[in-house]
Amino acid sequence: MSVAPAEVTRAETSEEALVGRPWLTIVWNDPVNLMDYVTYVFQRVFAYPKPKAEKLMLDVHHKGKAVVAAGAREAMERNAETLHGYGLWATVGHDV
Amino acid sequence: MAGFRATSDGVTARFAKPEAAIIRDLVAQVVELVVADMQAPDPDELAAMVGLSESAEVPDDPVLARLLPDGYRDDPEAAQEFRRFTESGLRSAKVESAQMLLQTLPASGGRVRLSSEQAEAWLRSLNDVRLALGVRLGVTEDFDGLSEDMVADDPRYAYIQVYQWLAFLQESLVAALS
Repeated sequence: MSVAPAEVTRAETSEEALVGRPWLTIVWNDPVNLMDYVTYVFQRVFAYPKPKAEKLMLDVHHKGKAVVAAGAREAMERNAETLHGYGLWATVGHDV
Repeated sequence: MAGFRATSDGVTARFAKPEAAIIRDLVAQVVELVVADMQAPDPDELAAMVGLSESAEVPDDPVLARLLPDGYRDDPEAAQEFRRFTESGLRSAKVESAQMLLQTLPASGGRVRLSSEQAEAWLRSLNDVRLALGVRLGVTEDFDGLSEDMVADDPRYAYIQVYQWLAFLQESLVAALS
C-alpha cells in the first residue's frame, strides 16, 4: 500500500472548526470487566484520584457509559487506544 | 489458592501445577487467536514502521471483535481509519503481555513474584482471557442466572468455574497493586 501524507493527516472539517465541540472519550459497560479493575485502569491511565475513578466506574456500570475525558481528537483517540489495551470498551465521539 | 498479595519485594502468588497449566493454556489460546489473522509484514516500510495495517474491518470472530473493538460507534469511516492506525499495535501489545505472563508463570507451578511491570502485563493478559471466555460462554450482566441455570454436564460448566476463578485471581492482583 502507499501512504500519501494526505491520508496520514486528518483534515478538520469546516463544521468541526466552526462549532468547536470537544471530542470525548466514552467508556461503555460490559458484563466481563471487573469493577475494581476498571477503577484501577482509570487511575492508572488518567491519573485520576480514586474517588473520581470510582465514580466514573459506577457511572459506566449503572448508566451503561461514562465520559472519561474530553479534549482534542488525537488525544481522545490515544485514550481509546490505551483503554483498548486494557480490554475496556472505549470509543471517541462528540455525543454521549 | 489464595490469590495475589503484596509483599516488600513485589506481588506474589502460589500456583499448583494444574492451575498454572489452565492459565498457560488459555493465554496461549488467546495469543493464537490474536496472531492468527494478523497481516503479513507490510511490504511498504513506512506503513510497517508506523504500525499501519491494510485491514480496517471488524474481525469476524466475536472474541477478536471484543479484544479489538471499534474506536468509533456511529461513524464507520472513522472507525475504519482508527482501526487501520491502531489495530496492529494493539495486537502486538496483547501478545507482549501474554508472553510476559507465560515467561513468569512456570509450567510446573510454584511461587510467582512479579515486578509492577510484570503485574501490569498479567492484569491485561488475564483480562483478555476473561473477555474471550466471556464471549464464548455468552456471559451477560446476569452471570448468576447463567451459572445457576447451567447443568453440571453442560460442556461450558467447567469453563464457568475457570472464569470465576480467574475473576478472583485478577481481583486479588488489583487489590495487591492498590
